Amino acid sequence: MERRTSRRDFLKTAGGIAAGLGLGAVITVEPARATPAEMAEAIRKVVGSARVTPGKVTLDLPPLIENGNAVPLTVTVESPMTEAQHVRAVHVFTEKNPQPNVVSFHLGPRAGRARVATRIRLADSQNVVAICELSDGSLWSDTAGIVVTLAACLEDGI
Amino acid sequence: MASALINVPARAKRGEVIEIKTLISHTMETGFRRTQLGAVIPRDIIRRFVCTYNGTEVFRADLHPAISANPFIVFSTVAIESGTLVFSWTGDNGFSATESAKISVE
Amino acid sequence: MRRLGAVMSALTVAAVAFAGEIPTSERRSGYDFMSRETRAMQDDDTANPGMLWVLEGATLWSRKIGAAGRACAECHGDARTTMKGVAARHPSFDAARGRPVSLEQRINTCRVDRQQAPSLAYESRELLALTAYVARQSRGLPIDVAIDARTQPFLDAGRATFHRRQGQLNLACAQCHDANWGRQLAGNVIPQAHPTGYPLYRLEWQGLGSLQRRLRNCLVGIRAEPYDYGAPEMVDLELYLMWRARGMTMDAPAVRP
Repeated sequence: MERRTSRRDFLKTAGGIAAGLGLGAVITVEPARATPAEMAEAIRKVVGSARVTPGKVTLDLPPLIENGNAVPLTVTVESPMTEAQHVRAVHVFTEKNPQPNVVSFHLGPRAGRARVATRIRLADSQNVVAICELSDGSLWSDTAGIVVTLAACLEDGI
Repeated sequence: MASALINVPARAKRGEVIEIKTLISHTMETGFRRTQLGAVIPRDIIRRFVCTYNGTEVFRADLHPAISANPFIVFSTVAIESGTLVFSWTGDNGFSATESAKISVE
Repeated sequence: MRRLGAVMSALTVAAVAFAGEIPTSERRSGYDFMSRETRAMQDDDTANPGMLWVLEGATLWSRKIGAAGRACAECHGDARTTMKGVAARHPSFDAARGRPVSLEQRINTCRVDRQQAPSLAYESRELLALTAYVARQSRGLPIDVAIDARTQPFLDAGRATFHRRQGQLNLACAQCHDANWGRQLAGNVIPQAHPTGYPLYRLEWQGLGSLQRRLRNCLVGIRAEPYDYGAPEMVDLELYLMWRARGMTMDAPAVRP
């Protein structure tokens, strides 16, 4: 009487399921992946070549997400958001998505508070970078790493 | 059939910073997926989201394929006067959607 | 010795029939196995993408359709009152068909018989919207499918399917969801498989889908021929899953990874 499968048997079948679920049966075409160099180039295209200093921005990402299709992201910048001193824009980039740009938010003194949130797709465990442009032209950044256990941008096999 | 969910407080105090949440239905097809026969499924995404407050733009977002399906955007604005907030989304293949919400500011 | 053998056989039969059924007090919703962030997505109606379908369902509810030019609202009034608990009691017995039917089938029966409109395709936007809208009205209520002399045979058939090894991987639902829930499989936690939140927004689908869609995904996953939408095996299995989750709280439209 086998009430529970033995650990070895379960691992064997689990491996089988993983292989089965893991795109083995469909045409797998690896989407092009960006590189850190491509991300740097994308950043340069958006904010120019001025120096980006780490600081002032906080990028909130969960350290681990079960599914890369909908990763919650919040960016906050410490700023009085007055006419004289405010955040002009917040840009988000990724290292390993097929394309490095994610989103650009355009704020201004009417925002009242420099905090924006959205949900993004991540193709792999990687670093995500948020860069903010202040009204005085300075650029600040924050980087967060995240582990993605099931990637987005996959083929729809089923 | 585009449908959107907007969350804006109906009333606020003058000068108060209010948080606005928006959710719109859209598949945000990335352009990186392929059919089972290998053909690329073309990109079809919302590219821009704009919020105006009594006609003045107070927030704008430029979206790329990395924004999740059914885009969810949260931002804030200062309640300066009573009036109408208009939200518009535009994108590939002539996509266009508009929603509005009234706010009463005392 | 012979008596011991008989006792052992009896125990074996009993074990095979109800091997490792999760004790009622240990049952947990898939919600409990999710990350904090995914739970937050479900809890906030303004962030839950499933609510987009509920919103659409509310519009469809009041729309006059079909040769009869009738809206759901005409017979059923305000869904927020009249549909309370309905999703929590489906699949339920349909006397005309002599068997239990799912909520989707019930909606389509109404459309065809009373609105004289064509039935909606499974997983179509409209059917999902209406199902989501109706299921939303059961949120917070305990699952309560009726098991009596009429529905018992179908429950038994569903239970048999749940325990039957299927597919090229030769796995039974029970092996993962009764015997190994809580453990990791390919990077994700195996839930207990209670259908408290259907139709739900699955991050993997990037859209809303029904329980039957999820079951088909599972069947393909174990390399079994998936039952057709609306097939008797599907509805029997739905009935068993709902009975297995009896008393648990509905939380449709849920969000799951």
